[in-house]
Amino acid sequence: MWRRILAIFVARNREFYRDRAGLGWNIFMPILMVLSFAFIFSGEPQAPFKVGVLTADGTLPTPRTGPLALEHIQFIPVTDLAAALAKVDRHQLDLLWDPTPAPGAYWVNRESPQGYLAERLLVGAATGGTRAVGLTAPALDKAAPAGKGPGSALAPDPGADPGPERGPEPEQELKAGGMIGPSPAPGPTLAPPRRHERSGTALRYADWVLPGILAMNIMFSSLWGVGWVIVRYRKNGVLRRLKATPLSPFEFLTAQILSRLVVVMSASLIVYGGAALILDFPMRGSHVALALIYLAGALCLISLGLIVSARLRTEELADGILNLISWPLLLLSGVWFSMEGTSAAARFFSQLSPLTHLVDGARAIMIDGAQTADILPQLFLLTALALIFLAIAARLFRWE
Amino acid sequence: MDSLIAARNLVKTYPGVRAVDGISFAVAPGRCFGLLGPNGAGKTTTLEMLEGIQPPTAGEVLYRGRPLDRAYREVIGIQFQATALQDFQTVAESLAMFAALYPRTASREELIRLCNLDDLLDRDTRQLSGGQRQRLLLAIALVNDPELVFLDEPTTGLDPQARRNFWGLIETVRGRGTTVLLTTHYMEEAEHLCDEIAIVDHGRIIAQGSPAHLVRAHFPATVVRLPEAAWPAAAPLPDGALRHDGEIKLFAADVPDLLGDLARVGADLRELRVASPNLEDLFLKLTGHDLRA
Repeated sequence: MWRRILAIFVARNREFYRDRAGLGWNIFMPILMVLSFAFIFSGEPQAPFKVGVLTADGTLPTPRTGPLALEHIQFIPVTDLAAALAKVDRHQLDLLWDPTPAPGAYWVNRESPQGYLAERLLVGAATGGTRAVGLTAPALDKAAPAGKGPGSALAPDPGADPGPERGPEPEQELKAGGMIGPSPAPGPTLAPPRRHERSGTALRYADWVLPGILAMNIMFSSLWGVGWVIVRYRKNGVLRRLKATPLSPFEFLTAQILSRLVVVMSASLIVYGGAALILDFPMRGSHVALALIYLAGALCLISLGLIVSARLRTEELADGILNLISWPLLLLSGVWFSMEGTSAAARFFSQLSPLTHLVDGARAIMIDGAQTADILPQLFLLTALALIFLAIAARLFRWE
Repeated sequence: MDSLIAARNLVKTYPGVRAVDGISFAVAPGRCFGLLGPNGAGKTTTLEMLEGIQPPTAGEVLYRGRPLDRAYREVIGIQFQATALQDFQTVAESLAMFAALYPRTASREELIRLCNLDDLLDRDTRQLSGGQRQRLLLAIALVNDPELVFLDEPTTGLDPQARRNFWGLIETVRGRGTTVLLTTHYMEEAEHLCDEIAIVDHGRIIAQGSPAHLVRAHFPATVVRLPEAAWPAAAPLPDGALRHDGEIKLFAADVPDLLGDLARVGADLRELRVASPNLEDLFLKLTGHDLRA
C-alpha cells in the first residue's frame, strides 16, 4: 500500500515542482503581498486625530496657540466649508473647527467615536485647560460611568489594568496639580476620572495581517491544489487510467493530501522566511505551535478541497465552486480586517469558518505569544473539521 | 478449450440510449479477439465492461469462469482510447510510477526493448508523437506482465507507417502468450491481427468468426467492381449486388459466367476490376452502411 501511495505522491510532487510557473506563483505571490502591505503601511504612524481648521487662505495661523498647540492632532487647513463638512460626515475628518470669530464654532459627527474624543480635547483646550478640562460635572458622570481609563477596552494585556477602587494617589496628584477643573455650578463633588498610564509599541497593520496572509495562501493552495487538480485529472483521463490499476481511492487520496501538505508547508516556510528577512514582524509565541496550527489548518482546507473535487468533471465548475467557497471564507475570517465590531450575524458565520480559527490561532501565537497549550481549542477544532471533511470526501469520491 | 474471459448477454443503457444491447462472446487464452464496428457502435462500452471499468446494466463478465474481483486488475493491462498521463513526467518516470502500483511487474528492460522506448526514456510525455505515445501507453498496459491486454482503437490517428509498426508490436505481445482483446474500425487491422472478430453495430453482434471464414460464409469467391456510370440505366441490378460510393459491386463464384451476363445487359467493361471480397464489403452487406460512417 505505502509503495503505491509513495509512487503517486512522488509523481504529484514532481509535477508541482516542474511546473515552474505554478511554483513561482505559489511562493512569490504571498511575499509580494506582504511587501506591498509593508509599503502601503510604512512611514510615520498617522496622528490619532484629524481636525480640519477652516481658514481663509489655506494656511494654519502661526504661532500655534490654544487648541493648535495640542500634540497628536493633525490639523488640516481647509477653505471649502461644504467639502469639509462632507468629510466630517464620512469620518474622514474627526472634527471641523472654525476658530473665528471668537469663541469659534465646530462641527462633529455624533456617530464617530474619534470625533467624540477630538471634541473633548478641543473644547478643553479652547476653554483654557490643558488636562482633564471642559467637562461639566454631569458630563463627566456620563462620560466615565465605569471609571475606566482610556484604552483599556482594547488592551491586549488586561492584567495590567488596576481596578478603579484602588489607591488614593491619583486624587492627590490631581489636587497637587490643582487641576480639578472649573465647577460651573454648585453640586455634588464628583471624583475625577482616574488616569492610567499605558505603554507599548503600536501594532502595525502589516504585523497584524501577516498571519492572515499566510493562512490565506494556505487556503488557496490547499483548495485549488487538490480540488482543481483532481477535477483536471478526472477530465483528461488520468483518474480513469489509475482506476484500471490496483490503486485504491484511499491510497490515491492519501498521496494527494500528503503531497499538498508538503507543498503548502514548504511554501509557507519560504514565505515566512522571506517575510522575516524583509519585515521586522513580531513572533512572540512558540514556533512549534505555529507549525501545528498551520498544519491543522492546511489539512482541514485540503479536505474541503477534496469534497469539492469528489465528483466534478469540469475545471470551470470546480473553479467557480472553489471561488464560491474561498471568498466568503476570506471575507468572514478576519484575514484583512478584524471581525470585532461587525454585526452579530457576521461574527456567527465567522465562527463557522475554519479559516477564522486558523487565523485566530496564528495571531494568538505570533502577536500575543501563545504556546501550544493556549491554542489547543483551535487545533482541536481544525483537526475535528478535517476528519469530518475527509470522511465526507472519501464517501463521495468517484474516479469518474 | 476453456475461455479466459467471457461476456454473457451484456447490456448497458444510458438515459435514452441502449449503448450495448445483449452482447455475448468468449475468448480463449492466447487468442486475439477483435470488436469491429463504426464509431458509436458500442465497442468501447463493451470493452470497458469487460475491463471492469464500467458495471454492466445487465449480464455478467466471467474471468476464468468467475465474476471479476479486485485481483482482476492485477492480471489485466489496459490501453484506453484517450489517456492523459500526468504532466511533467518523463517516459521512464511514467513507467516507474505505474510499475510501483503492481505487485508483479514485467522486466523493465524487456518492456523498453519491446516497445522501442530506448531513445525516449528522458523525454517529457507531452512531447511524444502519436506513435511514440501509443508505444508508451502499450508499455504501461504491459507493465504488470498481464495475462490479458485490452487495446481500445490502438492505432486510430496514426499514420500508415506507425500503424504497421504498432501491428508488429502487438504480434510480438501475442507471441509471448498474452491474450489480446481489441476494438478497431479499421478492417485491415482486424484482418491482420485477429484470430476472431465480432462485427458490432447498434450495440449488437451481427456476425462473428475468423475474418476469412466470415467473408467466405457471406460471399462467393470473387467481387467484380464497376463504375456506376458503366451500368446501363434501364437494366435492373442482379440479386446480391451492392451499390456503394459510386461503384457497383457484383459477387460471383464463377467470374466468366458473370462477365457473360454483364456483356448481355450492355455494361461498359473497360473499367472493370476483379478482387477478393473483404470485411468492408461484408459490413456493407450486413448493415447497409459504411464501416467508417
